[in-house]
Amino acid sequence: MSLLIFIFAENMKIKKLINEENHIELGAKMVPFAGYNMPIWYSSISEEHNFVRNEVGIFDVSHMGEFIVKGKEAKKFLQKVTSNDLDKITEGKIQYSSILNKSGGIIDDLLIYNLGNEKYMLVVNASNKSKDLEWLKKHNNLQVTIEDASDNYSLFAIQGPKSVDVVNDIFNKDFSNLKYYNFIKFEDKNFESILISSTGYTGSKGFEIYVKNNFAENLWKQSIKLGERYGIQPIGLGARDTLRLEMGFCLHGNDIDETINPIEAGLGWICKNNFEYIGKNIIDKNRENNPSKTLIGFEIKEKGIARKGYKILNKNEVVIGNVTSGTISPYSMKSIGMGYVNFDENKISNSIYIEVRNKKIKAVICKRPFI
Amino acid sequence: MDPNNLKYTKDHEWINIDGDYAIVGITNFAQKELGDIVFVEIESLNQEINSGEVFGSVEAVKTVSDLFMPITGKIVEINEKVIDNPELVNSDPYGEGWMIKIKILDLNEVESLLDLKSYEEISE
Repeated sequence: MSLLIFIFAENMKIKKLINEENHIELGAKMVPFAGYNMPIWYSSISEEHNFVRNEVGIFDVSHMGEFIVKGKEAKKFLQKVTSNDLDKITEGKIQYSSILNKSGGIIDDLLIYNLGNEKYMLVVNASNKSKDLEWLKKHNNLQVTIEDASDNYSLFAIQGPKSVDVVNDIFNKDFSNLKYYNFIKFEDKNFESILISSTGYTGSKGFEIYVKNNFAENLWKQSIKLGERYGIQPIGLGARDTLRLEMGFCLHGNDIDETINPIEAGLGWICKNNFEYIGKNIIDKNRENNPSKTLIGFEIKEKGIARKGYKILNKNEVVIGNVTSGTISPYSMKSIGMGYVNFDENKISNSIYIEVRNKKIKAVICKRPFI
Repeated sequence: MDPNNLKYTKDHEWINIDGDYAIVGITNFAQKELGDIVFVEIESLNQEINSGEVFGSVEAVKTVSDLFMPITGKIVEINEKVIDNPELVNSDPYGEGWMIKIKILDLNEVESLLDLKSYEEISE
C-alpha cells in the first residue's frame, strides 16, 4: 500500500486559516494546499458530497484570492486583461471570466464582482494569486489601483438546497430573491461589512460570504450553530472537487492551464468579440478554424476510475488525448471524467477507452453536467 | 483481529501469520488516509508473488494505491466480499476487510516485518 495521496500538496510556507483550530476540532483531515493547511474532509468525501446535494453544507474557502481593482480606468483595464465583456455586468452583478496570456492560454479563471463606483473585486484561484497579481500589475499602464486584499478576508460557501434558510437565519434577512451571480453588500450588526453572493462551485443552490478576518471565527461558529436545525455539515475540499466535476466545471491546474485556451476548454462564451483583450487574436482564430483539441466529458462503463494523465484512446485503440480529471460520483456512483481529445474525435456517445494502469477500459463520451 | 498480534509493513499492510499461511489486509491508518474506498482489485489468485511486489490495487474517491505483498507467497484465496463491498476495508480493516490469504514460501522473511509498536512509530 503506497500512499500517493494529495498530488496537489505543495511545498510552500504554510499559512493558517483563521478557523484552523475549529476545523481540527470538527475532525477535519488537514492537508497543505496552495500554501494553506486546508480541510480535505471531515467525515468522508462521499457523505459530504451527498450532503450538499440533498441538504446543506459549509465550506471554508478562505484560501481564495481577492483583489480590489479601482480607479477611473478600472473597467478599461479589466476589459484588456480579462476575456469576458464587463459591459454585461452592472453594479451588484458577477461575471465568470479568464485572464489569458498572449497565446490565449488561461493564466487563471476568476469571478469579477462589479462593486460600483469604478471598483471591482476579482476572486482568483489560491494557487495562482501571486502570478495573477504580477501579470495584472505588469499590464497596468493606466491609472488603476490593484490591491491584494486576500489576507484581510475569509470566505465561506454555504451550499445545498437548504442554504437559503441558513443564510437568512445568520443575517436575519431574506436572500431568497438574490439571483444567481448577483451579490449584495451590507453592514451587519454582528459581523460588520458582509458581501454575500449567489454563487458557488458545486452546482447546487448556494451562497458565498466574504467577511473580514476579525469576524471570521464568529461567523463560522454562528453558521454551524444556526445551521444545526437544517442539519448543516462542514464540507472539505475533497467533496468540493467531486461536486464541481459532477457539474463538468473546469479546475485550473487540471482541466485548464496556460497551455489551453478557452475555446479548447468549451469556454468560448466567456470570450467577447467587441473589445480587444490580451489573447484575442488566438481566440478568434480558434473560434473560426476549430481548435486542435477539445474538452470532453466521459463515463466509464467498467470497473475503474480515470485519473489525471491517463491516456484516452478511440475505438480503434489509437491514443487521442489525455484525462484531466476523474472520480466516482458519490451521488450517481458513476465513474466520470473529463479530458482533451483531438477535435474530430469529439462526438457524444462515441465509444472510447481509458488506459487505467496498463488496462484499456471501456468508456463513452457524454454530455456535461454528468447529473 | 487484535492489532497487537499482527505484523506490519512500512507500506501499511498488516499480516496475520498462522503456521505456513497468513491473512493480509491494509491498516486502519491506511484506510483513513485513503478515505472512501470504492474498488478493490486483486487478480492474482494462485500466483506466486515476491515480497514487496504488487498483488492488487485499491481505488478511493480521491486516489489510487497499489497493494504490496508483505512476504513472498502464493495467493490461495481472495476475499470476494471485499471485491463486492469495498467499503468493508474502511469499516473493518482488521476483520471483514481482509484482502488475501497466502501460503508463505519463505518463513525467514517474517523477521523483517514490523511489530505494532514499530509500525505505529512510522504511521503516527
